Amino acid sequence: MTLTAERLDDHSGDVATPPKPAKNNEGSPRSGWLSQHLGTAIVGFIIGYVVGHWLGNYIGSSYAYIANSGTNAIADTLGLTLGVLGWFAGIGALNYPLAKIVGKKPPQDFKEVQDWSKYFRYTTDHKVVGKQYVVGVLLFLFTGGLLAMAIRTELLSPVTHVFGPGTYITIVSEHGTIMMMMATSVIIGPLGNYFVPLMIGSRRMAFPQIEAFSFWCFTAGYLVIFSALIYGGFPTGWTGYAPLQTQAGAGMVSYLLGFAVIGLGMMSAGFNLAATIINYRAPGMTWSRVPIFVWAILATSALLTLATPTLFAAGLFGLLDKTAQTAFYVTEHGGSSYLWENLFWFFGHPEVYIMALPGFGLVAEIMPVFCRKPLFAYKVAAAGMVGVALLSFFVWQHHLFQSGINPDMRPLFMLTTELISIPTGFIYLVGMGTLYKAKIRFEIPMLFALALFFNFLIGGVTGVFLSDVPVDVTVHGGFFVLSHFHYTIMGGLLFAFMAGLYYWMPKMTGKMLNKRIGKWHFWTMFIFFNLTFFPMFIIGLLGQPRRVFEYAHNLQGLNDFSSISAFLLGGSFLIFVWNLLWSLWISPEKAPPNPWESLGLEWQTATPIPLHNFERIPVILTDPYHYSEEGAPDVADFGDQQLVGSSSAAAGDITNSN
Amino acid sequence: MTMNQGSDDKEPRHLRRILAIWLPLAAVVDVLFWFLVGPHVPPGDLTSTASSNQFDFNILFVIALPVMIGVWVFLGYSIRNWSAKRVGSAEPKGGAAARGNLRAQVWWIGLTTVIVLFLAGFGTVELVIGNGSGGGEGPNPAWAPTGANAAELASATWSPTDNHVLPVQVIGQQWQFTYRYPTFGGFESSQLILPAGTEIEFNVTSLDVIHSFWAYQLSVKADANPGVNNIAYTKTTKTGNFTVRCSELCGIWHGAMYNYGKVVSKSAFESWATSTETANASNTANLAPYASTYTPDANGAAGGYYEDGTVTPYSTVEVYGAKQPAS
Repeated sequence: MTLTAERLDDHSGDVATPPKPAKNNEGSPRSGWLSQHLGTAIVGFIIGYVVGHWLGNYIGSSYAYIANSGTNAIADTLGLTLGVLGWFAGIGALNYPLAKIVGKKPPQDFKEVQDWSKYFRYTTDHKVVGKQYVVGVLLFLFTGGLLAMAIRTELLSPVTHVFGPGTYITIVSEHGTIMMMMATSVIIGPLGNYFVPLMIGSRRMAFPQIEAFSFWCFTAGYLVIFSALIYGGFPTGWTGYAPLQTQAGAGMVSYLLGFAVIGLGMMSAGFNLAATIINYRAPGMTWSRVPIFVWAILATSALLTLATPTLFAAGLFGLLDKTAQTAFYVTEHGGSSYLWENLFWFFGHPEVYIMALPGFGLVAEIMPVFCRKPLFAYKVAAAGMVGVALLSFFVWQHHLFQSGINPDMRPLFMLTTELISIPTGFIYLVGMGTLYKAKIRFEIPMLFALALFFNFLIGGVTGVFLSDVPVDVTVHGGFFVLSHFHYTIMGGLLFAFMAGLYYWMPKMTGKMLNKRIGKWHFWTMFIFFNLTFFPMFIIGLLGQPRRVFEYAHNLQGLNDFSSISAFLLGGSFLIFVWNLLWSLWISPEKAPPNPWESLGLEWQTATPIPLHNFERIPVILTDPYHYSEEGAPDVADFGDQQLVGSSSAAAGDITNSN
Repeated sequence: MTMNQGSDDKEPRHLRRILAIWLPLAAVVDVLFWFLVGPHVPPGDLTSTASSNQFDFNILFVIALPVMIGVWVFLGYSIRNWSAKRVGSAEPKGGAAARGNLRAQVWWIGLTTVIVLFLAGFGTVELVIGNGSGGGEGPNPAWAPTGANAAELASATWSPTDNHVLPVQVIGQQWQFTYRYPTFGGFESSQLILPAGTEIEFNVTSLDVIHSFWAYQLSVKADANPGVNNIAYTKTTKTGNFTVRCSELCGIWHGAMYNYGKVVSKSAFESWATSTETANASNTANLAPYASTYTPDANGAAGGYYEDGTVTPYSTVEVYGAKQPAS
């Protein structure tokens, strides 16, 4: 391989020379309050909604009224659709494609607003989008968390009610939906978008416009899904089963359209990341040198791109049932309620791994740093992620074991579901092998990573129980399965997200998150997470179905224990927020350029990271896992004889490339 | 066990130590679980499926517990012995040996594969032997006890002495379950009473949205789908009480959709059934004739979504194999 520092086809497209870190606002076509930002997006949403609603009433006022609701499904759908369109027009997402369509030169490519207001704009810098996503997913997370507190409050007593049944079921549904939406993006959005280009030595994403689009889809989804509250909520949970969906009131439109909008964002994020990873790796970044986190993101991207269209189509069918009075899901008119179940879970099970894989990748990425050892069985880890991704398309009917469909297929789906635990188990091989004879530094990210191994073990093993058809008769649809997926998603993914935030926040902000508060955050979150959800396994085994507001008297003790732990778990998130406030604004501590002594390429860039990441595209010489190795090769050549990586790291002295 | 022990003689043989902690611990926990917890694991022993599902639970537990304990012992051992703060701990070694170990990898993948394949095989055997293990098998069950043919059963008779399969229809609607007994004139009851020592065929259907009939102590769970006859089998073994809950979200009162049932002696069941049949005769005459599924009309329980009034009481469409009554 030739060691050229620049590729012939320069990454940055229409900038021939590496651009300087832009401080100048001059020449920027948009700045100030008259330009496009979050405010204009909101105005656009409102205008779009009003116009769409009027149009819908004009078209369909004679026939599409939803029974007992006084609203018209066509008006609701068009209102929200045009609202989202107005949102995109307001934020400026349409400027580029519209200019291209009419054959004009698109307004500004890289001369973007560079002051603080860029965080409220349609920005194509992946680092800005990454930070926007951090705020976005935290907004989703905290909203969903508050709803969880409400659920646990209601379940304090088996008979005394805090909420009416309609309110309660709406809270449950919104909690599930918003958390699932959050979980699809919680790592891939903030950390994937921010760090994948840095880790593969790229100046940019393959499709920066698409990347910004995915974020603003995500935020539009938040507005759309919560518009359900104005319409009286929806009673279906996050699974949205028809015919309950068909029967439900106007809030259902928000659910269907919300998932469609989020789905658009997921698809765009997925193929943007996949295209970036496949095409924008620096010279020398071969598939065996790609960081394991990037492998995880690539596998996840494949799932996002291939599974999400099913959800999108399913949602469209549901909207057509509501508006054009088709009968996709209406059994008595020749449709089938099984159609939704199959479409939903054909998306829904890959979705589970969309949530799990980035967490695995992230933990595998940071374990070597804190173990001071190479990643154990790198190829097995990569193969495991690809294997999980492939198998995840062949297991969806395990959600339908008692539904009455295809009984003869149950052994097959039991087999595939249990097979998927083999590649999932690879992550334990990798983690335990890396820990073996390591020198573990118990920094906050490492604590969260170790907690993932503890929690996910419980989540994974109970998953094997659920895949067993006879046992599933008891545990399906109860608190057992509820606890199972909270152990995998919250105990796995969310702990990995926290590990990632603590690990990479010094790179993203230049400030360390406080370790003392971080320890409080970790231990409270770890302990109260387990105290909240472990009793739910027992509650489930003792016969409590999901999504109920009344339960057997003898389960009150366990439910109360779980509720009180849940409130304290909520408190641990307040500690986290306090840590963010303290470390980023109240008493910021400047982070060293490479606080964890990582060999990762992302840590070798300057802090703050220049607009285009690398002054010269680095040439990758080896993988970033040569910890504790004598005479280890350098990781990358940044040009001008700036070799960075292992030889200096082995001596304990990390030179920053800058 | 399998990983390199390292060339350093002073270095303790870590994997043997881990094994020495794990093996007795796992054995003790398994034995304690099997004898102390096992008999109390749900769903109990009221029916054949409950007993066999309890057995399946326990088999899974005694396999899962050692696996979990193994990983936790390893994690605990690592945290204790390989901490950077531990005085005198050896420097970690990078390089090829730390990047993988073929024997360890082969053992790990091999072991997990064996466990997984065993579990899949075991689950399949239990599923087939258990005639679907109490799970809803749809209108055309893949596994059924001998003498169970839905069409014939509906018109058959049942008495305490003939040992026939007893068909019971479960109708879910927002927000209650009702039960029809086709062998007793098709009367409808809000009580689910079953005879002990009898093979039961549940025919589960819904009038509106998807519910799930979950008779917890019977270990029977079958989704109630509109327009579909979802069949599940179990055999009651003794008398007792059980709880029925809806386990599929079916609207705002989903949480309140439960009732209780009883397994009574065969003779007690027969006298209850015949007396209820007589008492309910006038009501039964007004019910829709017994059928495997029912499609309510436009003003029915589905909420009257389609207001055009052209919906016929029974769809002409053959829905997912469900048998349609002549309209």
